[in-house]
Amino acid sequence: MRLAFPLVASALLFSLGVFGVLARRNAVLVLMSVELMLNGVNINLVAFDAWWADALHAGQVLTLFVITIAAAEVGVGLAIVLLVFRNRGTSDLDDLGLLDERTESVAESAESEAAR
Amino acid sequence: MIVVPLIVLIPFASAFIGLAVGWNRLAARRVAVVGAGTALGLAVYAAVAVWAGGPSVEIWGTVPTGWIPITVATRADGLGVTVGVMVTVVAFAVQVYSTAYMRPEPRYGSYAALVSLFTSAMLLVVFADDLVVLLVGWEVMGICSALLIGQHWERPEARAAAVKAFVVTRLGDVGMLAGILVLADLTGSFQISALQESAVASTTLTVGLVLLLCGVVGKSAQVPLHVWLPDAMAGPTPVSALIHAATMVAAGVFLVARLDSVFLLSPGALAVLAVVAATTMVLAALAALAQDDYKRVLAWSTSSQLAYMLGALAVGGYTAGLLHLLSHAAFKALLFLGAGVVAHAIGTTMLSGMGGLRRSMPLTYLMSTLGLAALMGLPPLGGFFSKESVLAAAEEAALHAGPLPPWAAWLVLLAGLFTVLVTAAYATRAWLLAFRGPTRSVSATAHDPPPPMRFALVMLAVPTVLLAALAFMPSVVVAMLNPGIGVLAEPAGPSISAGTAALSLALVGVGALSALAEWQRLGGRDPAVSLGPVGPLLADGFGVDRLYEAAIVRPVTALSRLVVAGDRDVVHAYVRGTGSAVRALGRVPQAAQAGRVQSYVTAGLAFVVVLALAGAGAAWW
Repeated sequence: MRLAFPLVASALLFSLGVFGVLARRNAVLVLMSVELMLNGVNINLVAFDAWWADALHAGQVLTLFVITIAAAEVGVGLAIVLLVFRNRGTSDLDDLGLLDERTESVAESAESEAAR
Repeated sequence: MIVVPLIVLIPFASAFIGLAVGWNRLAARRVAVVGAGTALGLAVYAAVAVWAGGPSVEIWGTVPTGWIPITVATRADGLGVTVGVMVTVVAFAVQVYSTAYMRPEPRYGSYAALVSLFTSAMLLVVFADDLVVLLVGWEVMGICSALLIGQHWERPEARAAAVKAFVVTRLGDVGMLAGILVLADLTGSFQISALQESAVASTTLTVGLVLLLCGVVGKSAQVPLHVWLPDAMAGPTPVSALIHAATMVAAGVFLVARLDSVFLLSPGALAVLAVVAATTMVLAALAALAQDDYKRVLAWSTSSQLAYMLGALAVGGYTAGLLHLLSHAAFKALLFLGAGVVAHAIGTTMLSGMGGLRRSMPLTYLMSTLGLAALMGLPPLGGFFSKESVLAAAEEAALHAGPLPPWAAWLVLLAGLFTVLVTAAYATRAWLLAFRGPTRSVSATAHDPPPPMRFALVMLAVPTVLLAALAFMPSVVVAMLNPGIGVLAEPAGPSISAGTAALSLALVGVGALSALAEWQRLGGRDPAVSLGPVGPLLADGFGVDRLYEAAIVRPVTALSRLVVAGDRDVVHAYVRGTGSAVRALGRVPQAAQAGRVQSYVTAGLAFVVVLALAGAGAAWW
């Protein structure tokens, strides 16, 4: 089999994941997109493992590791999303703006205006 | 004599003790009266010692300055102890009087402490033998004066008057400081006795003395720095009696008298002094003619009478000028305390609110009549003899050779005679309006004051009458006032010339009778009405205040506004502008920090892609 086929499939899968991570608003779907990216990488690993015909099958072994870690990661990720949803009533990423620099600086400048 | 520093230090200590116990009114009162009384006793002791044993100069220490050292020296001589006794007598009378007069005053503690501090500063001026030490006392007096004028600082006119007094006198003191430095440079010492011993006539000496006169003009309220004294009447009346009639304003005269032997070397400085004195005595007397406030009448009259003393010193009448200083201190303090009694009783110092007080306040009437008669120069009171000896000294200098150019002596003589006429008119007018005529409703319930105030009045009435006796004993006056050290010639005793005496008595008669005649013609109304359109001009003090307001105060205010605007709108705008510009600039990259993790990741990806393309491009190329 040509190496190109699994590589193109993995690239498509990875791009699909990237798109999902960047464009989806729901945190659960973002986690799922992350899984897609990981699996794109997994296909890549297995394809190259087969192509090199590696005696130790390091690619396949690594894939098993990735799958395991991905399962754990999704577990932790979903738990966080669940807690965020419980605390905030939403899992919409656009509404979770704690990292917004502007809100803090707006409050700060309003405070200093009042002080003056 | 160890007693000399004690005279200065005891009121100084009583000021601080009085301030410490100021919350306790009784204790503050005791400290103030005991302090002033002790100073009086010590001053009398020192006076007797000096008159019996001769003058002395003592150096208590020197302060190195890197240039000419300051000598902490005191000097007890005839001039010093005589004025010292006068100061302590008036200060004691005022402290006693204040215990009753300031009874309703909530800030009595600080008031009495400031009066004590003032007394100490004045005594320092009197006993200092070093120009810098003298200047220290001089400036402490100035700040005490300003603070006491502002005693009732709730009233805006009191605050304004305090600031005005401080700024105007400080203006003169700048010249005085320069004068002291010039004189010190000339003699190589700040010590007064050294200056007197080594002074020789020169242009530099004249320049130094004229600069020194700036301070005298400011302190003694002479033209053109006289404007603060009438406004200073916003202070409590005992303060006006002590500071603005008897002592501080006389410090200018005292300084000229202290340096009399030096001034006599400089006809130029004496001519300047004569012109200032002649102008002031006439203008101030005219202004006194039309005032409605009794205290302002007395204030303008103080300016005018101080000009007599300075005029006397200018024409070489050392003893005449000082005799007038002593008698003026007595009768003007008496008049002010009388005015305070009236204000205490009827709640106003406006002449238009008085009238007929002779019936309800017989003692005050008698005392004020004595004071006004002395002011007019009626024999046999002290005021008559001291004023006549001033006029006689001027006549002597005008007709025979004096220490100053003859035209200046003539100026003093003619101004003095004219002022006699005006003084008689304004004193009569004030007397008629306040004490004679029909009884007003407010004055019907008036009564003579409580015992401490009576005591002070009587205490000052005694020298008002008895100082006349000194005029018959010229040799005693000379001995009493002898400055002793570093003086070139024995000063001449006061004398009275029959010609000027007759002339001035006639002028007193004309002035008093014309005021009386106008008063009767107008049926007991203000004779100043007859002045017509000139009246308001005189009441306004010839508009000098408005002139200063337009020429100095407003430009300075405008300039300061400009400076404030420059600071706020230009300098500060740059500082604030830097801050706002940085903040505005910061908003631009802040827009990227919107808290949307996905956009961060997008940016990261874009970066990686760009990096990858760049890497690939670089490898291919």
